Amino acid sequence: MQLLPDPQKIDAASTVERKLISDPASSSVERKLVGDPIFDYVLRLGDSPLILAQRLGEWVGHGPILEEDIAQTNVGLDLLGQARLWLLYAGEVEARCAPPGRSEDELAFLRDSGEFRNLLLVEQPNGNFADTMARQFLFDAWHLPLLRALARSRDGRIAAIAVKAAKEAAYHIERSADWVIRLGDGTDKSHGKMQAAIDDLWMYTGEMFMADPMELALIEAGIAADVRALEAPWRAHVEEVLAEATLTMPGASFMQQGGRRGVHTEHLGHLLSEMQVLARSHPGAQW
Amino acid sequence: MVTMVVHESQTRMHAASSESAPRPALAALWSAAAAVPDPEVPVLSVTDLGILRGIEWDSHDPELVAVTVTPTYSGCPATEAINAALRQALVAAGAQRVRIETHLSPAWTTDWITADGRRKLAEFGIAPPAARSPGAAIVDVSRLRRRERACADTIPCSRCGSARTERLSQFGSTACKAHYRCLHCLEPFDYFKPH
Repeated sequence: MQLLPDPQKIDAASTVERKLISDPASSSVERKLVGDPIFDYVLRLGDSPLILAQRLGEWVGHGPILEEDIAQTNVGLDLLGQARLWLLYAGEVEARCAPPGRSEDELAFLRDSGEFRNLLLVEQPNGNFADTMARQFLFDAWHLPLLRALARSRDGRIAAIAVKAAKEAAYHIERSADWVIRLGDGTDKSHGKMQAAIDDLWMYTGEMFMADPMELALIEAGIAADVRALEAPWRAHVEEVLAEATLTMPGASFMQQGGRRGVHTEHLGHLLSEMQVLARSHPGAQW
Repeated sequence: MVTMVVHESQTRMHAASSESAPRPALAALWSAAAAVPDPEVPVLSVTDLGILRGIEWDSHDPELVAVTVTPTYSGCPATEAINAALRQALVAAGAQRVRIETHLSPAWTTDWITADGRRKLAEFGIAPPAARSPGAAIVDVSRLRRRERACADTIPCSRCGSARTERLSQFGSTACKAHYRCLHCLEPFDYFKPH
């Protein structure tokens, strides 16, 4: 079970100047991941689409209409494909410093929640359809510009995966922004649900734009994308869509963080238990 | 241009008849591989789709055929089926061993679908992809406005040709297709999305 970080520490760092806390008391998990920083960075890139794909998979057979059930799964499939490309590469990077390195399956199915580097936003439960689409929109509006920035990475493999994934993400945002507008500018009931969803998820958006010392070094080296530079355009874009949707942009608020350090909300463990149960109960199983 | 080997696998297959046969001509291997259909859109071959990028002899191993494939969508489940079918086709055409390399870069685009492929798509009832300018915007909100929604797309119906159509879903029966409905003949149809 994961504990959230000390709220006082978070408050101090998240209100005015939102710097990521470099936790001095790193857990054993933290130490295990110290090695090639590119390994950790690629996990950050791959874990968010992986976890979001798992969440979207939970919708199979439960969509409000057949077309959206299929669309939800298609987006999940794109994200799963992207996660596989990232984790495959992460395993190869790991092999360079700790041979033989782990396979994409080992990385997906045999890590515990403290070793996952996904954003807290994507592990949040599906809730109702508005909750799911709000989560998707807030993520997509960050994911697409991130991938476009990564297309200029000096790491050729990162750039190649990003170029490919960005094409897919462009379709994702078109759909999720459309749903935010349809529900926001819909009936009183759908408007209320979409506004509540945006408000509830807002505190998980802050960490998308924080870079810790490891990431800063990779930004310096031209390998990582500078997420800090993505915040202003993200806000402007979200504001534009919310205005079109007749929704209110949440004000400055407390921002939760921790995903990049493996400190997650209580939801991730439950998600992993379902995602990993087969691979863990039947090691090496094939289907 | 960056080309990367992301996945490499090799198969060792010995067809009894080809043990000591001379190695086949590259052109013969090409035509064998080019006949492999896409399992999701069977009217299209891997060459129509533009995902078969190269076939050549390995520079070190004279019996090894190296095939280059660029996947369409990252999560497309057809990718593995296509690789297996390619392997089978090449072995049947006399290749001793086959290595399939997946190249991510340059990324596949619907621009690589051949003119022949576009014609086959239309005949099959799938509207071929229109040109798409990527644009720098995250998403063009003006296209999502409720009132302008009905006229945002002008994808002609693949059955009756009417321009009065509407999009039901950006994601249709597969990741590469959107789901449309014709407002004239009232038939639903698939649209192969520009990518």
